[in-house]
Amino acid sequence: MKLKQLESLLGTLQQFSNPKAENSFGDVTDKVVADFGCGCGTLGLAAALLGAEHVIGLDIDAQSIEIASTNAEDLELDMDFVQCDLRNLGWRGPIVDTVVMNPPFGTRRKGADMDFLSVALKIASQAVYSLHKTTTRDHVKRTALRDYHAKSAEVLCELRYDVPQLYKFHKKKEVDIAVDLWRFVPRGV
Amino acid sequence: MRLLTHNMLSSNIKGVNNGFPLLIEAEKVVEKLVDFNPDFLRNIFPKIDWKALVAAARAVGYGELPDAADPAMLDSDDFLRHLHHALLQLHLEEGALVCPETGRRFPVNKGIPNMLLHEDEV
Repeated sequence: MKLKQLESLLGTLQQFSNPKAENSFGDVTDKVVADFGCGCGTLGLAAALLGAEHVIGLDIDAQSIEIASTNAEDLELDMDFVQCDLRNLGWRGPIVDTVVMNPPFGTRRKGADMDFLSVALKIASQAVYSLHKTTTRDHVKRTALRDYHAKSAEVLCELRYDVPQLYKFHKKKEVDIAVDLWRFVPRGV
Repeated sequence: MRLLTHNMLSSNIKGVNNGFPLLIEAEKVVEKLVDFNPDFLRNIFPKIDWKALVAAARAVGYGELPDAADPAMLDSDDFLRHLHHALLQLHLEEGALVCPETGRRFPVNKGIPNMLLHEDEV
């Protein structure tokens, strides 16, 4: 896969993710990948473009899934979707190799991103890629290793992330925050 | 939704001990052809709940999978082709997934199962 092509197909992906890193660990191609809180499907579709054999997008919001589904059709990619609340998800077995996610942060409910990470580390058998605010780096590392029993937790790179004014309680119009791209290795099953 | 996804989904209603596998009510099933990848199939075979897959395949009208399977079958091209078809090419498009303990139906529309629980089920 043609990283150039990937970039042009998914214009915003560049700032969210680092396809080179994902490729070099062998976590995506020919694997089963789950996109947690998939929204419009960006990360999951990127995984499909990188040759994931089976991609599942999970999101609580029907409208997001509808958009993601349309995006998948436009790109002629196969992607499954499940509408669910990740906090009470029923799941069997070690089939998912890798979880990719851009979990909610900057939202009112603190720690939502860590709830996602906790579930991701239970479900993935090989790797979890996730984005978290750089200011929470120590907390993320400690919690992942100690409470979620990750084998390793590594920051692959630091990114700048534009947060538009989405919620009423956001005081500023738009803020540019530092975000870490993490790769976690789960304890395994 | 592929049957591979079905092989992972479970009902998580409060009080349910074993929500796997979900029964399938199929109203519409579609086939979408994808490239045959035998290495992927060999790799995923030990992780599949075979009984659940066979039941799911039959529920969507596909009867080519044997009742029991063992790794030796992975040498057979026929077996791999059937497994490929069942796991990756058959999609439940319209219907429902049904909790095996409570009978609660999780609707599937446009291929997307809605696994959201009601407030009193959490």
